Amino acid sequence: MARALINVPARAKRGEVIAIKTLISHVMESGFRHTSDGVRVARDIITTFDCTYNGVEVFHADLYSAIAANPFITFHTVATESGTLVFKWTGDNGFSATESVTIQVE
Amino acid sequence: MTRSIARGLCAAAAVALILSCPIRSGDAGNIPLDQRRSSYELMSPPTRAMQDDDTANPGTLWVLDGEALWQRESGAAGQACAGCHGDAAQSMKGVAARYPAFDASSGRPIDLEQRIVDCRVERQRAPAPARESKELLALTAFVARQSRGMAIEDVAGKDERLRPFLESGRAAFEQRQGQLNLSCANCHDDNWGRSLAGNAVPQGHPTGYPIYRLEWQGMGSLQRRLRNCMIGMRAETYAYGSPEYVDLQLYLAWRARGMPVEAPGVRP
Ligand code: HEC
Ligand code: HEC
Repeated sequence: MARALINVPARAKRGEVIAIKTLISHVMESGFRHTSDGVRVARDIITTFDCTYNGVEVFHADLYSAIAANPFITFHTVATESGTLVFKWTGDNGFSATESVTIQVE
Repeated sequence: MTRSIARGLCAAAAVALILSCPIRSGDAGNIPLDQRRSSYELMSPPTRAMQDDDTANPGTLWVLDGEALWQRESGAAGQACAGCHGDAAQSMKGVAARYPAFDASSGRPIDLEQRIVDCRVERQRAPAPARESKELLALTAFVARQSRGMAIEDVAGKDERLRPFLESGRAAFEQRQGQLNLSCANCHDDNWGRSLAGNAVPQGHPTGYPIYRLEWQGMGSLQRRLRNCMIGMRAETYAYGSPEYVDLQLYLAWRARGMPVEAPGVRP
């Protein structure tokens, strides 16, 4: 499976705005490049990224060819309750990766 | 196609430098030790933040792959790197800070990549990983990471046997070459801090290698960086792994002696 790095604070105060950072290894081959003998290199990108917080979607992104390799996606959410954040990336050629982290809210 | 455009741009940039700011005289010589600066200091705050935060530094992806390879038994010997070297945090601490180092069996300096290839082939009895392969970059990044923050050693100063190779590296650094008739020193000793087509010319220290370069969208070795500079000078590049590169790397390490290892660095 693709390697991913997630940075979420382990604990937060209720109502606090927290920063979430994610980085995943992926070639993000645009589909617009050609090899030296003129053959088009097939597109191979991540197409969607999704984050749920205790089952509720808090962030969603659609990705396209212009995104660089190893996408780094960072966003904010409000720490509402203790629980689990699940991150899911899906893409071309059946690509799928999932990571989860827990957060303690007091 | 994209490659030839990039080459053209580099050349145009180098020409622009010659025309717009006459090169300071070539004998400006070495940079005083206390004026040395890593390219890190020339980078924008967001790029620096990316290097500093392990969870944002894409080089970490290679470091983690390297760690997995370190633990994996492989080759005809069925041995893992860890089987002989144990915990890398201890056994590999400071190693990257003293490479290139003298290798008795070949009678000359070898770089860290070659040292790892040698262990892969001779100790694990596995096929040699290619230069710039994901595997070799991952292992090198993992080994180099164990020396982060440590001062680059003056290996060439301490080891007599390295002296002739250091001198040949220095000569290569100072020699004008290529269609643009520039030397490495023209840019990195004499014109650092000035701008070249919008980029700052750095002093050219090897402190961050292997690096994650945003332009490459991937990891690359110091030799890949040197190859890029030589293409920019419109000079003939050497083959990966060739002794000419290692001599240059030895000179760069000597020139950066005492500066901290940043690997894996992030560069624009
Ligand atoms: C069978 C045992 C064995 C295995 C397996 C092995 N090594 Fe080594 N390695 C050695 C020995 C012995 C030396 C010292 C060789 C010398 O000084 O000539 C060494 C030296 C090194 C050095 C240089 C250390 C220094 O202080 O200069 C590095 C780096 C290294 N190995 C990395 C690796 C990596 C990475 C792997 C896995 C891909 C690996 N080794 C697998 C036995 C092994
Ligand atoms: C025309 C000017 C020019 C010449 C000549 C040149 N370089 Fe460079 N070099 C650069 C620039 C500009 C960069 C930074 C590129 C960037 O950040 O995009 C660089 C980067 C480097 C770096 C990487 C520094 C870091 O921190 O990542 C090293 C090492 C280096 N050069 C060594 C050399 C060597 C060795 C030579 C001679 C073979 C050489 N350069 C010739 C302009 C030059």
